[in-house]
Amino acid sequence: MSAARGTALLQVRNLRISFGSLAAVRGADLTIYRGETHCVVGESGCGKSVTALAVMGLLARNAVREADRLVFDGQDLLRLSESQLSRLRGDRMAMIFQEPMTSLNPAYTVGSQMAEVYRRHRGGSRAEALDRAEDLLAKCRVTSPRLRLGQYPHQLSGGLRQRVMIAMALMCDPELLVADEPTTALDVTVQAQILRLLMDLQRDLGLALMLITHDLGVVARMAHRVSVMYAGEVVESAPAEHLFGNPTHPYTRGLLACVPVPGKVRRDQPLGAIPGVVPRIGPRFEGCAFRDRCGQARPDCARTVAWQANGEHGYRCVLPPDWTGPASLAA
Amino acid sequence: MLLFLFRRTALAVLVALTVLTFAFVLTRLAGDLAIVIAGPEARAEDVEAIRRAYGLDRPVVIQFFDWAWRAATGDFGESFFFRERVSTLIRQRLPVTLTLGVVGIGIALVVAIPLGILAALHENTWIDRAVGLVAMVGQALPSFWLALLLMLFFGLQLGWLPISGTGSWEHYVMPGIVLSFSAIPALMRLTRAGMIDAMSSDYIRTARAKGLSRSSIVLKHALRNAAMPVVSISAVQLGFMLGGSIVIETVFALHGIGFLAWESISKNDFPTVQAVVLLFAVIYIVLTLIADVANAVLDPRLRAS
Amino acid sequence: MRALRNAGLAFGALVVGSVLFCAVFAELLMPHDPFAQDLTRRLLPPFWLEGHDPAHLLGTDQLGRDYLSRLILGARISMLIGITAVIVSGVIGITIGVVGGFFGGRVDDVVMFIITTRLAIPLILVALAVVSLIGSSLTVVVLTLGLLLWDRFAVVARTTTMQVRTLDYVSAAWAAGCSRAWILGREVLPNILSPLAVVATLEMALAILLEAVLSFLGLGVPPPLPSWGLMISEGKEYMFFDPWVIFVPGITLFVLVMGINLLGDGLRDMVGASQVR
Repeated sequence: MSAARGTALLQVRNLRISFGSLAAVRGADLTIYRGETHCVVGESGCGKSVTALAVMGLLARNAVREADRLVFDGQDLLRLSESQLSRLRGDRMAMIFQEPMTSLNPAYTVGSQMAEVYRRHRGGSRAEALDRAEDLLAKCRVTSPRLRLGQYPHQLSGGLRQRVMIAMALMCDPELLVADEPTTALDVTVQAQILRLLMDLQRDLGLALMLITHDLGVVARMAHRVSVMYAGEVVESAPAEHLFGNPTHPYTRGLLACVPVPGKVRRDQPLGAIPGVVPRIGPRFEGCAFRDRCGQARPDCARTVAWQANGEHGYRCVLPPDWTGPASLAA
Repeated sequence: MLLFLFRRTALAVLVALTVLTFAFVLTRLAGDLAIVIAGPEARAEDVEAIRRAYGLDRPVVIQFFDWAWRAATGDFGESFFFRERVSTLIRQRLPVTLTLGVVGIGIALVVAIPLGILAALHENTWIDRAVGLVAMVGQALPSFWLALLLMLFFGLQLGWLPISGTGSWEHYVMPGIVLSFSAIPALMRLTRAGMIDAMSSDYIRTARAKGLSRSSIVLKHALRNAAMPVVSISAVQLGFMLGGSIVIETVFALHGIGFLAWESISKNDFPTVQAVVLLFAVIYIVLTLIADVANAVLDPRLRAS
Repeated sequence: MRALRNAGLAFGALVVGSVLFCAVFAELLMPHDPFAQDLTRRLLPPFWLEGHDPAHLLGTDQLGRDYLSRLILGARISMLIGITAVIVSGVIGITIGVVGGFFGGRVDDVVMFIITTRLAIPLILVALAVVSLIGSSLTVVVLTLGLLLWDRFAVVARTTTMQVRTLDYVSAAWAAGCSRAWILGREVLPNILSPLAVVATLEMALAILLEAVLSFLGLGVPPPLPSWGLMISEGKEYMFFDPWVIFVPGITLFVLVMGINLLGDGLRDMVGASQVR
């Protein structure tokens, strides 16, 4: 790897994505540093998966993507053609998905699907590529990797398929790995194994890992840095210890109150909940999208809210960093 | 898998036996065969002689089992009109019809698959609509009329291709094109639907995330999955096509099984008619059987179970 | 795109409507007796060619009969065959399909077997053989086609009945103790009608095409009746010198079949009968 840990690898500024009259992402900012795990967290429909797909250039054809800045290692992704972008994908930035059951092509063996990425970006013989695939499957703790190369996806369990997906993503030593809820579709025990694997790989290979999740437990265990998304916006972003130690945006506080933390939550007290649902946002929406569910809403929440930054910790809210009171409306 | 093969084959045999019975009953529709064979001017003694000669004086059930048993062993008796063994006639004519069928399905696949892919990649655009219109035109064109038009244009106007006969490969071009028209719309729609399905699947998203080239994504990853039903349906279409070869062979005077069928029908040559009906049915049954089995073998998910 | 689709539907309706009009009012529309021969005025060209006779807009055939009049009466034959064959095959196919789909199990196995067997029988060949054996007449052609063309009706009726049968409100009717006949008549049939209407258009087009094929091969509608297929067949002897004799009936046949298919396509989009392909 060229640059050291801690320099910016991916910079996203004011990313906007819309599908027809639906604004899925409305000006999201994100900076992912080399060698760090950056968790993007939020409820379903908040735009976190769409953001990940937009970074990779994998949005559906009916999506409109705009941004002020979308830079990967000094290269402006907005200016790259589809074929130039495809040279980057799978090579220097790779992605794994939520649905391991359907993400592998049923018609080809694991080995041929893994070898294909390597040969596309690095060339070389099929045998070389298969050797590399075997090494990576072993690194992803797949048992009898040589045997797996000749198997078809339907012969593997969900957890195994996700390991194959991870190994396949690592074939070309990418600098950035985007993982979109990689464990949501798996059994709980398998989830833990996959997360452990991702954590170890991230550390051993010095990967920048963009991990999309709705699970704050996962965030707490894995993240170096966290961005919280709500209704298509990043509402708070901070190093993990800051975010958990000093959550500032009412939505972040509400979200954290929903998580049972052993030792902190008392059995006789009800767990937090945020009433209402994520609103559907049209293209001309203004102000804070959380105001209808917020316990601290004020009239000026309906105007454009500025980003407040304090060192590496930033949030999009009119409140001061040390406000107190209920985060969300009572149910 | 073995059980599937067994059940599927048993069904095919059962269908074949039913068609066998049907082919026999079909020729008894006219009433007394002996009168039909003897012709309108025959005397009563002649009719009686014919009845005995062809064994038509026996009970119908005996006639059926006798005929069915021989038919099952490939003996269809002697043709009334050609004065030859029906099996010999079929052996002589079959290569022409099979060549025509293979040319026809070949042209159909070469045209239908690219058009289907094109329409799928441009779903709901004018390209998609235009391709759909082409399919609809193909479906509405009467094959015999199209054959005559091609004859007029390529045969007479341009003088590029022979109008009738079996001499060379050029003789198969126009009949092959006409025959392919009957299969193109179905194969094209199937390719389109399969490609649209495949292109929106998760594994195509994975293929794109891997940075594969557009051609690899479309042709290797999507088409492989979309093509499986197309392959099996094309076998079925080939079966229908061979059945439809009667029209095309008659128009182009191609001396294949279809032409033989038309000749024997117009000459009341029952042994030949029965044999040809049975032959086309058995070809169809075998082709669909092959298609189903091929489908099971091609699809790795079905192969395992 | 939607405009294009509606244009297709409108075109289809227009074509089918005008052919139907010609079929019904043939006697009023025909400028000449379609059977009257005039050997001194044979193979007169149509109006766009030189040497045409204004009295015969589309010219005359090899026996000097007025082509336009024969074309108009031919519309009656095509529509008659198309509609009657659809009724016959519809009754057979829907009965078979609904029985299989509704009762399921062994009954359905038998139904599937019948459909499979029917598909194995070579259609044109058997139709030709039957007509040849029994003798060609309009009735024989209609019945033969009707008895052979029911397969798609049966397949679609079977699948849609199966789908409808498992719907919640049909289960509710079962639970409420309604009789089989009542459920079939009141719940199942009305719900499978729209996909079957689409099948009917497809089969009508197919029946018209097959009649033309049979007549073209000389085993369909007997002469001197002016079936469009027969007109093409009679014209093919002369097509090398007067190609218009096969153009005229061929184009009308093509446009009619195209119109019926467009109508069916429009219908499919309107009723959302995606089961029918």
